[in-house]
Amino acid sequence: MAKTQIKLKVNGKDVEALVEPRMLLIHFLREQMNLTGPHIGCETTHCGACTVDLDGKSVKSCTIFAVQADGSELLTVEGLAAADGTLHPLQQAFMQEHGLQCGFCTPGMITRAYRLLQENPNPSEEEIRWGLSGNLCRCTGYQNIVKAVRSAATAISQGREAAE
Amino acid sequence: MGNQAIPSTEERKEKLCGMGHSRRRVEDARFIQGKGNYVDDVKLPGQVFGDFVRSPHAHARIKSINAEAAKKIPGVIAVLTANDLRPLGLHWMPTLAGDTQAVLADEKVHFQNQEVAFVIAEDRYAAADGIQAVEVDYEPLDPITDPKQAMAKDSPVLREDAQGKDSVGQGPRKHPNHIFSWDVGDAQATEDAFRAAKVKVKEEIFYQRVHPCPLETCGCVASMDKVRGELTLYGTFQAPHVVRTVVSLISGLPENKIRVIAPDIGGGFGGKVGAYPGYVCAVVGSIVLGRPVKWIESRLDNLSTTAFARDYHMTGELAATPDGRITGLKVHVLADHGAFNAHAQPTKWPAGLFSIVTGSYDIPAAHCVVDGVYTNKAPGGVAYRCSFRVTEASYLIERMIDVLAAKLKMDPAELRIKNFIRPEQFPYNSALGWEYDSGDYHTAMKKAMQAVDYAGLRREQAEKRKRGELMGIGIAFFTEIVGAGPSRNCDILGIGMFDSCEIRVHPTGSAIARFGTKSQGQGHETTYAQILASETGIPADSISIEEGDTNTAPYGLGTYGSRSTPVAGAAAARAGRKIRHKAQMIAAYMLEVHDDDLEFDVDGFRVKGLPEKRLSMKELAWAAYHQVPPGMEPGLEAVDYYDPPNFTYPFGAYICVVDIDRHTGEAKIRRFYALDDCGTRINPMIIEGQVHGGLTEALAIAMGQEIVYDENGNVQGVTFMDYFLPTAVETPKWETDFTVTPSPHHPIGAKGVGESPNVGGVSAISNAVIDAFTHHGVTHMPMPHTAWRVWQQCHALGIDR
Repeated sequence: MAKTQIKLKVNGKDVEALVEPRMLLIHFLREQMNLTGPHIGCETTHCGACTVDLDGKSVKSCTIFAVQADGSELLTVEGLAAADGTLHPLQQAFMQEHGLQCGFCTPGMITRAYRLLQENPNPSEEEIRWGLSGNLCRCTGYQNIVKAVRSAATAISQGREAAE
Repeated sequence: MGNQAIPSTEERKEKLCGMGHSRRRVEDARFIQGKGNYVDDVKLPGQVFGDFVRSPHAHARIKSINAEAAKKIPGVIAVLTANDLRPLGLHWMPTLAGDTQAVLADEKVHFQNQEVAFVIAEDRYAAADGIQAVEVDYEPLDPITDPKQAMAKDSPVLREDAQGKDSVGQGPRKHPNHIFSWDVGDAQATEDAFRAAKVKVKEEIFYQRVHPCPLETCGCVASMDKVRGELTLYGTFQAPHVVRTVVSLISGLPENKIRVIAPDIGGGFGGKVGAYPGYVCAVVGSIVLGRPVKWIESRLDNLSTTAFARDYHMTGELAATPDGRITGLKVHVLADHGAFNAHAQPTKWPAGLFSIVTGSYDIPAAHCVVDGVYTNKAPGGVAYRCSFRVTEASYLIERMIDVLAAKLKMDPAELRIKNFIRPEQFPYNSALGWEYDSGDYHTAMKKAMQAVDYAGLRREQAEKRKRGELMGIGIAFFTEIVGAGPSRNCDILGIGMFDSCEIRVHPTGSAIARFGTKSQGQGHETTYAQILASETGIPADSISIEEGDTNTAPYGLGTYGSRSTPVAGAAAARAGRKIRHKAQMIAAYMLEVHDDDLEFDVDGFRVKGLPEKRLSMKELAWAAYHQVPPGMEPGLEAVDYYDPPNFTYPFGAYICVVDIDRHTGEAKIRRFYALDDCGTRINPMIIEGQVHGGLTEALAIAMGQEIVYDENGNVQGVTFMDYFLPTAVETPKWETDFTVTPSPHHPIGAKGVGESPNVGGVSAISNAVIDAFTHHGVTHMPMPHTAWRVWQQCHALGIDR
């Protein structure tokens, strides 16, 4: 099948690639970019294990084509830590609050929470639950995930205040 | 050594981070950065991809398979059918339950989506193209999806391959579609109890077919190195060593030429214990092609073909005195096992540990019969945090207690307390043959009732009932039986269900320990190190834990049935003690005292009465490599294979409060309180996390999950569009609590907890929903309690307007 050239930015790096037009974005990221953060859990946009951040929006990469990401700026969980390796407050909070068990939903969950906290920097528990409702977790019962996101929100706002 | 001031005991304990600490998880660092290594992350040079042509029919004869067009598709390398596997004897495979299962459908398909052909291609897209091009000519047959119909006199024979066989691995059969009859307890004594009883209740209770549905599906990568004659098999295996043995038995490859690696696993819940056709086909594909073959299930494949759970048609009967003393229990189960008897559990137990069905109650006489039956549905049955059918058993007895309470017009909590096994009766021998190790049910129940103000809730309910409002209070007081198990009771294919720990302490005082189990999210890398830290005095942070590679880990039976802590956790404690014992001998030699004059002190040994005379484990580890007593082997290593003397019996008191909208049928959980007693607690944070997760799975089962088949055998709702997985919005806030009644026979008194919340949670939620209707004379409502079903109940009672 004829391939199409795409150009995009993945975790801050410029990428050029040839893909079949039918190739799903998740397969492009996992098979061609060799990323292991986004996972495949359902292939039907329900579970959110494949969530990435595409031009400032949470997107489930299992149901869009790689060619649709042409020209975009894409972020996965691999791109969340600071350049010096310091973990993002969300990553720290998930560890601290025991917000993960098997870890399979975690990259998608954290990537979604990252966008949620940009949309709403100070969400209530209810808002967090709704904000993460496109991401399924089978292990944690969400209780500690909600706690982690709340605690990261506080840490981020305190960090911001300290910087000001 | 010597006189320098040593930190306080508390400081040293803190640094050790042993049992009892809410130690943060070692595993998390890789998962939060997307650096886990799940099976689909495994990529080997030259790897190709295989996937299945699956049957659209539930029951059909295969007249022909034509793969010629498929083989011409660009990228398609090979297509395997039963005919290709037949010369190798691999078109059928033995199941863990003594039956056989078709690897690729051989002449006949027995359930929808059954594996018919395996297409191997350069990538998954080409494999999908190839699958579309395989032509299969089927002659559809009438399917049977109801086990009662399967057992009817004139019912067609489903498994023609088993026709005429007296047994398909689990005892005598009484019908061509019958698999086994399991009879336990004293039938005569139970009959006598029922004959003498003034009060009797009977209820038909169906525990619907569900699926454990971990977020990661099943998959594997098989890689045959033809030069070395060695097979490496990566996969989602909860029991990697068992897989190695099974692969050896099936393929004829010597076991030393097979290396099974279970990398990170994205949740298992029992769905990743069994052997599936995908594994066999990937192995055969790799042997034939000499290239690594990857097979990864789709979600639809996962929900419709591998490892369903439950599907138990149960009839329960209780006999009692008018003042509420239970005198007898009778249970019959029609168990729908689907097309092949392929459930993964101890081989001798066709219904698992279902005979724990007397629950937490002192019931003098009990009798239980389980009949396993074939239907045209996917095979499996034992999965989903069930502790080998304990879930079904516990649901039955906890429902029956409520049914009896309604009949006696007694409070269900009071009826439970009245019949509890009393603390002084432990170890308690149940009527169905188990020896319960320890328990204090009265204390746990009292604590739970006080925590939720049970009396206040009942008063509120009475007032609401006067106003026509529906409020339900559900209680579950479950007793689990976990930690399979003693080899006199339990084996898989003849291998006793022990487990193992091997520890090596390095000269500089750090260590590596390997286990026969395999975490799928339970956090073994964190908790095993805590057990070893407490036992050896080496800080948990200095102990690496490894599981899942059969080339390095000692043989073990894997992780399921809440067995890791009761069995491998015990092996860890005992291996740690062996290390400590040797360290004590070395310390005695170095300090020039008798070893009896030494005592263990958190992280080293000191001379009794002379606390400043001590040696730390770090110092002793170094000494083990150059200064051992004459005649002693150098090094500091230990192995322990632990065959438990008994099961462990965790228990818990759960109380659930629901409010139901009688106009819409929606049931909202207002409060859920879970008290668990899992004996000694190794890591409270992880225990709570397990309970949260298990309760959420219980919510899913009680309120929405069901794998349904229509009359044509079409499996319904096997995508996340239909199959209910609670999101953060539907999931309530869980309240957790605990008591501690250590197991008397376990080296550290721990009992296991992973499955408790599912066992108790389903009963508590279901009992709460039904309790909302008991004043209308309702004794039972089948799960799942979806709004539609609950509304139907409201409508039937005429209370929906």
